Amino acid sequence: MSFKALFLGLALAGVLAVLDPGAARAKVNVFACEPEWAALARELGGDFVSAQSATSGLQDPHHIEARPSLIARVRNADLVLCTGAELEVGWLPVLLLQSANPNIQPGTPGYLEAAAMVPLLEAPAQVDRAQGDVHAAGNPHIQTDPRNIARVAASLAQRFEQLDPSHAQDYAQRGADFSRRWAEASARWKAQAAPLKGVPVVVHHKDWTYLFAWLGIEEVGTLEPKPGVPPSTAHLNQLMAQLRAHPARMVIRGGYQDDRPSRFVAERMGIPAVALPFTIGGTPQATDLFRLFDDTLSRLLEPLR
Amino acid sequence: MCHRWPMAARVAAGAIAALAFAAVARAQTPGGASWNPNIGLVLTGYYAQFSKERPFSLPGFALGEETGLGGSGFNLGESEITVYGNIDPYLYGSVNFSFAPEGGAGVEEAFLQTTALPAGFSLKFGRFFSGIGYVNGVHRHADDFFEPPLPYQALLGGQFGDDGVQARWVAPTNFLLEIGLERFRGASFPSGGAGDKGNGADAGFVKAGGDLGESASWLAGFSRLNARADGRTTGDASAPETSFSGDSRVDIASLVWKWAPAGNSASSNLKLQAEVMRREERGAYTLDPSGAAPTAVDFRGGNAGHQAGWYVQGRYQFLFRWRVALRQAEVKADAPKDPLAAGTLLGPAGRTPRLTSAMIEFDPSEFSQIRFQYSRDETQPGAAVNRWYLQYTITAGAHPAHTY
Repeated sequence: MSFKALFLGLALAGVLAVLDPGAARAKVNVFACEPEWAALARELGGDFVSAQSATSGLQDPHHIEARPSLIARVRNADLVLCTGAELEVGWLPVLLLQSANPNIQPGTPGYLEAAAMVPLLEAPAQVDRAQGDVHAAGNPHIQTDPRNIARVAASLAQRFEQLDPSHAQDYAQRGADFSRRWAEASARWKAQAAPLKGVPVVVHHKDWTYLFAWLGIEEVGTLEPKPGVPPSTAHLNQLMAQLRAHPARMVIRGGYQDDRPSRFVAERMGIPAVALPFTIGGTPQATDLFRLFDDTLSRLLEPLR
Repeated sequence: MCHRWPMAARVAAGAIAALAFAAVARAQTPGGASWNPNIGLVLTGYYAQFSKERPFSLPGFALGEETGLGGSGFNLGESEITVYGNIDPYLYGSVNFSFAPEGGAGVEEAFLQTTALPAGFSLKFGRFFSGIGYVNGVHRHADDFFEPPLPYQALLGGQFGDDGVQARWVAPTNFLLEIGLERFRGASFPSGGAGDKGNGADAGFVKAGGDLGESASWLAGFSRLNARADGRTTGDASAPETSFSGDSRVDIASLVWKWAPAGNSASSNLKLQAEVMRREERGAYTLDPSGAAPTAVDFRGGNAGHQAGWYVQGRYQFLFRWRVALRQAEVKADAPKDPLAAGTLLGPAGRTPRLTSAMIEFDPSEFSQIRFQYSRDETQPGAAVNRWYLQYTITAGAHPAHTY
């Protein structure tokens, strides 16, 4: 390959770019960082959008490789829809920069952070990494409370109207329809979850803060000594000593987490270890947003029966 | 590549370091917009023990300045301060100050990159590591081993970066396809002397990558560097006065493959990478220029010099924060056709220089890393030298997300 060939290639690329075949693309192309936002985009956008998630329910969203395929997908996206609150700080900035896509950079209509639409819990008064992997903005795992999904849905519907004004009517209609169905389902879930109020539980990582705040579940301990620091034997022993005095009803982990620490504690304490989906795809049953909460509640209620 | 600064600049750099610490200690504001620009700090150091003290040289190669396998005993590595962030809606900027352990600061990288050009184009300008190859753009502390791969040391002086401009285009395809063209000043090895009125080096690369199912991904690339050398001196301690004038062309083919169960790299993952490199030099080497009879070794036309090298490495993370890695690297210089080269550092001495490295790494946290490495150094004739390293790397404050 000579330099002339390279220059010719770049010139050809320029011509192709001007003729941009993608310009005629009908659908709003959504790059979602997590499966719950891809699902929400599909609920609100229907056939007018195509949405794919960068991660699956079995992957830890804190630790994702900035893979070449993801750069290509951000390059072609019309909207980047992510959690924000520093959850994706280890990989999303690389994708945004390397994609060379001006339409999805922070501050443009093509960039939406879900966490910015939601009051965040657990924002630390002081960020000191001696405390572990603390997110300065607050706990980013907002999707475990359906009220947060509703808040993000309202902003996302507006954003679709802005990005694709020719279908603004459709987005408004779909948004209103989703919000009605979601409110009904949320009321049903809340009623279903009544027995969970005040139930003490132990969690692997602080993934469930918003779910617990919604349902009144009491978090009495974490398997991780500090956020993002893997469970150690010393810490687990200390935790179990505490649990002998003040028992918990179950040990909860996300579908993407190693099951050994939670099973270790659960077996010794004689309480169930419960794997919750955390997001869509985290369990085989959690296939869309509604089933995500159906499944989460049925798994939480199971040990109480 | 590091350009040393005078005393006043060092004081200024110290002030920046203090500022960086202040920023690290400062509580960040909500909204993720924390501190603009982001400021981060990298500290490294190592303890090394060698079975034999031997200055670094590779038979058949006139080396660049910052090559080598480290010094024995306690050593501070390079300390770095990185300041980066979006400048405005159109530009991203990043500067990397590097402090050498013996004193003196350098600007390793200081570049601006466009974020608002249409159709997948971007421009990068200032001082930066070239996009050629795979490891070339990776900061040393982010690599898996103590030393840059042997062919990078032999053919590119460790890492090629210079003052210049890069134009890059990402294709609108559903796999990654990118093309980059670069023009540099030509002051860094294997160029030198900023020839052609400060336009001494051109580079280009084509890279493609994608996924292989849910668990695996790949990146492949082909790169070329055309470097003009005007009186490029060697950093080789055995022949410091050797200089080269002429053209140096380096071709690199790179392949990277990564795997993680269900794509979840947090607990375990595997990374394999290999690069093959070739260099052709046309011009003349001047040996012992201040001596009684300076010798010019002819590398022109049919006498062009050919050198090549390759490395293969694999890294396996077997537990959260525990990794092992193995690398095998070789370089080879063809015997120069000009008989004047016989018996000089340009003669290959009948040995293919080889370096085998194995390491185990533990990360006490996401921000710190301890590495234990063993290298079997067969770069020169005679018995192999065993090299042991214990190295730490910490990153405090903000740290740019790592590339693939």
